[in-house]
Amino acid sequence: MPILERAGGTPEWKRRTTAQDLMVWTGWLAGVALAVACFQFISDRTIWAFVWDAPQQGADLVSRMFPPRWSYADQLWKPLWDTINIATLGTLIAILFGVPLAFLAAHNTTPSVLFVRPVVLFIIVASRSINALIWALILVIILGPGVLAGILAIALRSIGFIAKLLYEAIEEIDPSQVEALRASGASNPQVLAWGMVPQVMPAFAGISVFRWDINIREATVLGLVGAGGIGMQLEASINTLAWPQVTMIFILILGMVAVSEWLSARVRHAII
Amino acid sequence: MSATNAGTAGFDAAAAARAWRPPPLIESPLLRYAVYLGALLYVVLGVVTVEVNWTRAAEGMGRAAGFLSGFFPPDFVSKGDDIFEGLMESLTMTVVSTALGIALSIPVALGASRNLAPLPIYLFCRAIIAVSRTFQEIIIAIVFVAMVGFGPLAGMLTLTFATVGFMAKLLAEDIEDIEAAQAEAVRATGAGWFSWIAWSVLPQVKPRLIGLSAYRLDINFRESAVLGLVGAGGIGDTLNTAFDRYEFDTAAAVLLIIIAIVLVCEYTSGWIRRKVQ
Amino acid sequence: MPENATPLLDIAGLTKRYPTGDLALTDVSLRVPPGQVMALIGPSGAGKSTLIRCVNRLVEPSSGTVVLAGEALTTLSRGALRRARRRMGMIFQEYALVERLTVMENVLSGRLGYTGFWASWFRRFPRRDVEEAFRLLDRVGLAHMADKRADALSGGQRQRVGIVRALMQDPALLLVDEPTASLDPKTSRQIMRLIVELCEERGLAAIINIHDVALAQEFARRIVGLRAGRIVFDGGPDTLDAAALTSIYGEEDWSRTIRRLETEENVAETVA
Ligand SMILES: Nc1ncnc2c1ncn2[C@@H]1O[C@H](COP(=O)(O)OP(=O)(O)OP(=O)(O)O)[C@@H](O)[C@H]1O
Ligand SMILES: [Mg+2]
Repeated sequence: MPILERAGGTPEWKRRTTAQDLMVWTGWLAGVALAVACFQFISDRTIWAFVWDAPQQGADLVSRMFPPRWSYADQLWKPLWDTINIATLGTLIAILFGVPLAFLAAHNTTPSVLFVRPVVLFIIVASRSINALIWALILVIILGPGVLAGILAIALRSIGFIAKLLYEAIEEIDPSQVEALRASGASNPQVLAWGMVPQVMPAFAGISVFRWDINIREATVLGLVGAGGIGMQLEASINTLAWPQVTMIFILILGMVAVSEWLSARVRHAII
Repeated sequence: MSATNAGTAGFDAAAAARAWRPPPLIESPLLRYAVYLGALLYVVLGVVTVEVNWTRAAEGMGRAAGFLSGFFPPDFVSKGDDIFEGLMESLTMTVVSTALGIALSIPVALGASRNLAPLPIYLFCRAIIAVSRTFQEIIIAIVFVAMVGFGPLAGMLTLTFATVGFMAKLLAEDIEDIEAAQAEAVRATGAGWFSWIAWSVLPQVKPRLIGLSAYRLDINFRESAVLGLVGAGGIGDTLNTAFDRYEFDTAAAVLLIIIAIVLVCEYTSGWIRRKVQ
Repeated sequence: MPENATPLLDIAGLTKRYPTGDLALTDVSLRVPPGQVMALIGPSGAGKSTLIRCVNRLVEPSSGTVVLAGEALTTLSRGALRRARRRMGMIFQEYALVERLTVMENVLSGRLGYTGFWASWFRRFPRRDVEEAFRLLDRVGLAHMADKRADALSGGQRQRVGIVRALMQDPALLLVDEPTASLDPKTSRQIMRLIVELCEERGLAAIINIHDVALAQEFARRIVGLRAGRIVFDGGPDTLDAAALTSIYGEEDWSRTIRRLETEENVAETVA
């Protein structure tokens, strides 16, 4: 990284504005250089002859995808229903486990900052870092292919997501409202139920609906690794190069996502 | 009414107390019962129609312990080269797609703001956003792999496209929210369209732009770890191969690396966001 | 000031040092007989809030004893402290109502210490508690607001709800932390008058932290001046003269305080 060295060696750090200017420009330069270097790396692993072909390939693909095979829809309603179930039941399970974890993780509600909190935080990070598809991969090996693996994969991924956003919301509540209840002689569970729950309720509802919305999309691809839903049909259609069927699946996904987005917007609006 | 009067004459506290009901979650009783009933119905229907092969699941649970013990101890070494290669692909993919995606998302966001763009451009940009947000990255990746072949380029293009959709939508909302008054003030000075964007719109969305970028970097890395499942390169490729070959100790190593990098990304992006605000 | 009755509240040798090293209270001793309304004045940072928070142990005293009606609060276990807190109603500067609950729920939250968890979760309070709540709300002119959400009220209305909530605890002592600091002059006087009247009606003692010397003089029967964590004045409102104000607020602030006192009295007269 020659640029960084040059910047580090520059002795003109006395005049504030110049130094800051220089730092900003160096930052930009370093960023661009990094991106270019990274692109070089990717480029080395690319067969460019294929890429120059891409427009033609794309046009070819599109011509094969249309018209969609409308009649195929008949076979897709059940997988679509499965997909919705995977997302919804997975989200419900995630809420069931994520909410207690959030209260165990938040600074102002955790029973122990030293022991409980780090463990819970690790669970949250592990759950969040691993994509639902990878969870599905593991679960399909254990439980066999099917919807159950999909539901649990969605749940495992969403637990961390819900717990993280919720515990951040819990840490931001107004402590004076909580203190007032504590001063009146309320027990700890009562302080939680009366002082904290009402304050985090809107955040909780927003987070849950937001995650459900994401999960609808995620559930469409879990079938690629055998975890149920419409992705199974997608996988089968791609493997047999049945592109008109793929288009039909895409259309249904588009419709489902549009409906889910509309629904979650309505719910969010109603709550806030 | 003074605050210190001694109560309303004839106010019947007992009657008021008898009539008082705890406030319900949903105001209208009709809607309330409809929602409760609908929710119940859905859960029952959903649970009933989920087809689960319980015998297979039970069998699997029995084997799960053996399977999971295959994860320990994680093996970073024997497939070290593959892991390193996959990791480099993922990281480079993340960097390029984030940078490129952000750069492209700014014009798309401007085009997708109803208060800035003419209708045809608006619709076009909104369509890009809609497609990018509707389809899961994996599906986009399948299409790109079909077009440009296997390898990290397909992954990079996928993540770039996803980044554009994500950033442009949020930015466009911000831009539309910008108070007309302040924007008007600059325009009234007779500035051209570009300087209006540069002086009035961009400064207002800049902190959020930086925050979102940091957040998106984080997401892109996480996504790059699964694109390999459909041949779009990255550490997911390594992971998938490890699962295929039953090399669970290598898979465990890869998973740990992913968790570690996500942690680093998260702390960094959190730090950047705090800095900006 | 000599006190003949056995004190309701007996604070002896109270010292508080915060973990940050701030010495907020130094060897404070104070006796409050039943039914006495006492104003606590002093410059910002003198330790007024710390003192009343040490009484109900929202802040743990470093040393010294606090005895309420013969019960030593400083040595109580957590459960016993909860029960003891029910006899001390607290009123806050920023009202500290649970914003997303209704007025009635906020008022009933004063009864949490007397109610089991599940009963309180389902809002099943004894009928006479709800009746008492309505009576008190009517007393402060808010009975028609019972089902409004707390965040829909004005500052003066919120503070009246806060007062009712404290009274619902059936307290022997009110701890009042700057009840009027967020209110306009007229509402401030109304709130102070309300507190004093209610204390008289129910024979309650009160410690009222207040910055407004004129209000303190008008409504309190006894004024205690705190400066840098020590009591420097203790006497009736009429004995609070220029010299006393100097000892509390210091030489530099003294002239300004006098001016402020005069103008406030003018304002109060024109308003009333
Ligand atoms: N939580 C805390 N941690 C550390 N120091 C504190 C804390 N609360 C108060 N202090 C310190 O204790 C001293 C007394 O503070 P306190 O809030 O009791 O003053 P006060 O008389 O109520 O002031 P004000 O009129 O501004 O409300 C101050 O020096 C303050 O900095
Ligand atoms: Mg104070």
